[in-house]
Amino acid sequence: MFEAIAFYLFAFLTITMFIITVTTSQALYALTALAAGMIFISAFFFILGADFLGAIQIIVYTGAVMALYAFGMMFFDTTRSVKEKQGNKFIITGLSTLAAVLVVLIVAAPMVSDNIVALYPAIDTMGNTQNVGLVLFTKYLVPFELAAVMLLVAMVAGIVLAGKKMDRSITLTNDAELEIEKNKKVLS
Amino acid sequence: MDTAYLIETIIKVVVILLIFSALAGIGTYFERKILAFMQRRLGPMYVGPYGLLQVAADGVKLFTKEDIVPTNVVAPIFKIAPVITAATAFMAAAAIPFFPEFTVFGYTVHPIVADVNIGILYILGMMAVGLYGPMLGGMASANKFSLLSAARTAAVFISYEVVSGLAILAPIMMVGSLSLVDFNNYQVGGISHWIVWSQPVAFILFWISAFAETGRTPFHLIANDHEIIDGFGTEYSGMRWGLFFIGEYANMFFISFVIPLIFLGGFGDGSFLGAIGLLAKVAFFFFFFLWTRAAWPDVRPDQLMWLCWKVLMPIAVINVVITGFVMMF
Repeated sequence: MFEAIAFYLFAFLTITMFIITVTTSQALYALTALAAGMIFISAFFFILGADFLGAIQIIVYTGAVMALYAFGMMFFDTTRSVKEKQGNKFIITGLSTLAAVLVVLIVAAPMVSDNIVALYPAIDTMGNTQNVGLVLFTKYLVPFELAAVMLLVAMVAGIVLAGKKMDRSITLTNDAELEIEKNKKVLS
Repeated sequence: MDTAYLIETIIKVVVILLIFSALAGIGTYFERKILAFMQRRLGPMYVGPYGLLQVAADGVKLFTKEDIVPTNVVAPIFKIAPVITAATAFMAAAAIPFFPEFTVFGYTVHPIVADVNIGILYILGMMAVGLYGPMLGGMASANKFSLLSAARTAAVFISYEVVSGLAILAPIMMVGSLSLVDFNNYQVGGISHWIVWSQPVAFILFWISAFAETGRTPFHLIANDHEIIDGFGTEYSGMRWGLFFIGEYANMFFISFVIPLIFLGGFGDGSFLGAIGLLAKVAFFFFFFLWTRAAWPDVRPDQLMWLCWKVLMPIAVINVVITGFVMMF
């Protein structure tokens, strides 16, 4: 019974949060609702007994959404609503509903016809952290390593883009030198 | 799920909530007294014996003060931010084993609310969510000092989460479990079995990042009084401001429980002496937070970033690699 109560409670909360995220025109509401929704999703992992994935969901998405907040801070006055350019509302609503229905159908069809078999069923004697590790480092080792390489590439690219003047600290340069540089830029 | 388990859990939750929200209040008294002692002052003296009732006076003031929500703030976010800080601090406490299990009238009590097998990840995650409080409060306040504080929160969060995660990875590799009870049982053999002897680097790194995650003095940039007024707390008054404080002090107590449990043997073999030992270690770490505040100046934000990304993170990575090699051969 508790599982059912928790499931419906968190299902309701998650959907409400994501509806707020897409409908509001206030950047702070959208970001906060997105963070809350992402954290509420972890409840489903906990209900299903996948504690490890639940905790990882919390840790990863708090960090990810925190980075979005930083962008929000840089680009908007987050205490004011954003004026949105709205196109044809019927097309947007229709397309998103269609996409949502399609996703549900694609995921639900194999379940309804019972065509899903767990190739690597969870081993009961091990905790779910060990189970995740076992599958990740045997069956899915290649995708795992590929993802690692992709992230490494992204990191190197990020450092190259951001690190052009990294060896020079603006805090340690004195004001007179900064002023001279500024004038040079204006002149040239 | 039987009724006895349900009642036991509810009692445990209520007890932890009551004890630690009271301790958060008394923590402010300790802080003032210790700072006063180190600065050759007397600290609170007038209300009650040795100023002990100052806590009650502060509580009455905070609860009865007018609740002001300024005009230009984003009201719902502004109101929910302090609740996030306080609530997540207590949610993190759910996976901390405060004592060894003991028996009352033939009924064995486990003083941990939820013995999940990923305890340490859950605690770190919940404490990280707690930093949403200062950030949302700062961004919703419509105040430039608050916004600066919010930006610093995001920076501190993104950097020190990396250091604490990498630092704790090495002990996790040794123990082979993420449950704090398993950490404790790994070190049950006495002082020579403590993880701090085999992982001194990880211990120091985790301790440093604990200061950053609770926002205590060497890294007190989030609400730095002499630079940005009170940071995220500038526009807050009354109990909303008080909730931020309860969250911060509760977090200090909980991290003071987590450090000894991981590195310093926790409650040992589970005897009465071991439980007292854990409390003594917690008291030391809490005292150390206050001692640092009296003895150290704050670092600049760019020094904080330099320390995190150019010093602590490489050390943490090297520590993990060395631990891996030692365990392999």
